Amino acid sequence: MSSHELQSGPMEYRTEHGQSSILGFWIFLGAEIVLFSTLFATYAVLFGRTADSPAPAELFELETVLIMTFLLLTSSFTCGIAVHEMRHGSVKGLATWLIITLILGLGFLGFEIYEFFHYAHEGATLQASAFWSSFFTLAGTHGLHVTVGIGWAILLLIQLAQRGLTTVTSRKFFIISLYWHFLDVVWIFIFTSVYLIGMVV
Amino acid sequence: MQLDEFFVTGEPLIYGAMVSIVLVSAAILFILTYYKKWKWLWREWLTTVDHKKIGIMYILSALAMLFRGGVDALMMRTQLAFPDMNFLNSQHYNEIFTTHGTVMIIFMAMPFLIGLMNVVVPLQIGARDVAFPYLNAMSFWSFLFGALLFNISFVIGGSPDAGWTSYTPLAGAAMSPGPGQNFYLLGLQLSGIGTLATGINFMVTIIKMRAPGMKMFQMPIFTWSTFVTSFIIVFAFPILTVALALMTIDRIFGAQFFTLTGEGLPMMWANLFWMWGHPEVYIVILPAFGIFSEVIATFARKQLFGYKAMVWSMILIAGLSFLVWVHHFFTMGAGAFVNSVFSVSTMLIAVPTGVKIFNWLGTLYKSKIQATTAMMWSLAFIPSFVIGGVTGVMLGMAAADYQFHNSYFLVAHFHYVLISGTVFACFSGLVYWYPKMFGHKLNEKIGKLSFWFFVIGFHVCFFPQYFVGLDGMPRRTFAIVLEWMPLNIISTCGAFLMGAGFAIFIYNVYYSFRYSKRETTGDSWDGRTLEWATPTPVPFYNFATVPHIRSNDAYVEMKSKGETTFDEKNLEPIHMPSNTGQPIIMMAIMFMASFFLVFEWIWLAIASLIGVIIMMVIRSFDYDDGFHVEVDEIKRTERSARGL
Ligand code: HEM
Ligand SMILES: [Cu+2]
Repeated sequence: MSSHELQSGPMEYRTEHGQSSILGFWIFLGAEIVLFSTLFATYAVLFGRTADSPAPAELFELETVLIMTFLLLTSSFTCGIAVHEMRHGSVKGLATWLIITLILGLGFLGFEIYEFFHYAHEGATLQASAFWSSFFTLAGTHGLHVTVGIGWAILLLIQLAQRGLTTVTSRKFFIISLYWHFLDVVWIFIFTSVYLIGMVV
Repeated sequence: MQLDEFFVTGEPLIYGAMVSIVLVSAAILFILTYYKKWKWLWREWLTTVDHKKIGIMYILSALAMLFRGGVDALMMRTQLAFPDMNFLNSQHYNEIFTTHGTVMIIFMAMPFLIGLMNVVVPLQIGARDVAFPYLNAMSFWSFLFGALLFNISFVIGGSPDAGWTSYTPLAGAAMSPGPGQNFYLLGLQLSGIGTLATGINFMVTIIKMRAPGMKMFQMPIFTWSTFVTSFIIVFAFPILTVALALMTIDRIFGAQFFTLTGEGLPMMWANLFWMWGHPEVYIVILPAFGIFSEVIATFARKQLFGYKAMVWSMILIAGLSFLVWVHHFFTMGAGAFVNSVFSVSTMLIAVPTGVKIFNWLGTLYKSKIQATTAMMWSLAFIPSFVIGGVTGVMLGMAAADYQFHNSYFLVAHFHYVLISGTVFACFSGLVYWYPKMFGHKLNEKIGKLSFWFFVIGFHVCFFPQYFVGLDGMPRRTFAIVLEWMPLNIISTCGAFLMGAGFAIFIYNVYYSFRYSKRETTGDSWDGRTLEWATPTPVPFYNFATVPHIRSNDAYVEMKSKGETTFDEKNLEPIHMPSNTGQPIIMMAIMFMASFFLVFEWIWLAIASLIGVIIMMVIRSFDYDDGFHVEVDEIKRTERSARGL
């Protein structure tokens, strides 16, 4: 519980509390990896168990998924720029790039919601079969994480407006950037092992 | 829903329980009001972020849960004593073995150990609190409300009855309709949040907040065991989170993960459950190993023998614990090859475990043993646990397990490891650290009496179960045949002896509170590690000055050099976190959300979840940075605590 503060280096690392929080968040991401791995494993085990419902190859559309991938990967890039701006002490740069990130994230979510409704319309619902249960749970958990990330970032933007960049706010932004990149990584796995494989098998 | 569906009706035992719940709650409310203790309760306990107080609350709750699980156990043993007993019917019996198992593992063993970790680990590494005190309070309240949710099931809505393992399809919506199983799912989910947070919290605390100079391989062994356990928690608990969530989605939203329709796979539940479940048994045994190591080293008055081997074997056990889960269902029929692989990995775990046994024996070898109560619990552990471990290896042989599986042989095995391991450790640790927590020791004479009752009762209760298992008695049966009666009668007698032992233990708490001599120094047992360097009662900031560490048994060296944790010339203001009511409120709302979800009242659940989100927003905007304890105040506190 020391409150000594370093005078140089990235702001988020200057206090002991900042360092601990970032380490703790990395460990939390470790737990998140286990969580998503379990969902992926469930999906893999239940792959093909579609009962009377449509097979994934009949429904997955490359176009939508490519757009979603493009949106989310770009948002990860803009999020990186946001943190870069923060390191330079630019409140405005941080806010601008983060807002762009969020808009891209919202776009992603919009497509995902559209996609889910479309599948449900074709008879592939959460209840339809074991395969679709696992699909909606895996993709849905990712989507839920994106939603939480957006809500959280909005709270942080308000705090940025109120307080500017301090050791505390920059720590919070740094952590949410870790979170956002993590969701991007998870999406890459969903994109390849769920959509690409689902389209060809 | 009708009111008589909401409350459980028609069982005289449960009516009795309802009456006693109402009476006890009324009595507590009355006492708090009469003695004007509400404010005190809120300020000192419900809003605290102090790791020592949180630890004490964990331990008290765990003792209450031990009582509840114990009553379940005695009821089961009564039913099983004779053939044709009509004490419990089959449905009630199913409910009781389910709640007994769940309560003991999730709401007794883990919280008890986490409570001891909370009290001890920051003190052992020279820290002033854990890394995230606010989160720590949240962990505690999530556990408590999770336990509350699970426990009210037997008066509201009905208890779960599919076993603590809750195998599907039995536990699915088709075969277990109604709220019972939902209580299990959401009670565990709620308390699981807190456990995960605790794992992260202790990892960061141990990595980041050790006293200056303390290397990883100079940490006290209990701290090491906490560290390794935290790793297991972080990597195992998300699996449980997912498994519970999937079953919840199945039951409440009609998905098909574990169903027999829609091409679901019921056995996937067993896999997911045990991928968490086996690491879980090590989550409750590794801290126990740590406690025994501390106690044995202290009362053998020697440095722990083979410290490094101890640490490495714990790390090895932690790694292996993720690779053996299939041994819980060899009989599923995964085939000879898969079973052989898991058979070998299972037996491998016995190797590092054996190493630890020899380390304890090595520590005891040629030492001057002080037979205190704490030490006796630790000594009794060694031979008893060996029996449990050896029979575990027997179960680990896949071919043989086809015979042992689901029999009382298995029941005897896991009680031998869990009771002589975890429960003895909880008692040993509680007795050992009791003076640090409460400022006086537990009475040794009564303590030993309770020890003998409990340990003899334990062996009388569970040793015969190996044999009645070999005679073919299956687990989870509510009626026995004549052939099994003699051994079952013995077993039941043993169970009541254990009950008596526990009662004496609790009486000892009262007796010692009244009559024990108050501690005047902080070093009750001539200890070896830093927690004994603090004065008793421990000031809320723990260490006025943090010593510089150079060796393994830090306090032994400090004592030889005449150093203390009160270096008057080097005092500085200490930064501490402020108390807060947010964790308890947030988790209370979370409790409501879970409760509504149990009854599948979706809109109420959503409304409560919005409440939880609001609490999180409040937290996000909370920039309270704690306060500083000034040097004058530290001086005053330390001088009076140390009688200077
Ligand atoms: C030497 C180390 C151990 C070995 C080789 C071992 C082996 C096994 C095996 C093979 C089973 C499954 C048997 C069956 O279902 O037929 C089992 C069950 C069990 N073990 Fe162990 N075990 C060991 C240590 C422990 C420890 C340290 C604990 C806990 C502190 C523990 C707790 C349990 C529990 C709770 C079950 C039964 C769960 C249930 O089905 O409800 N074991 N053990
Ligand atoms: Cu196991």
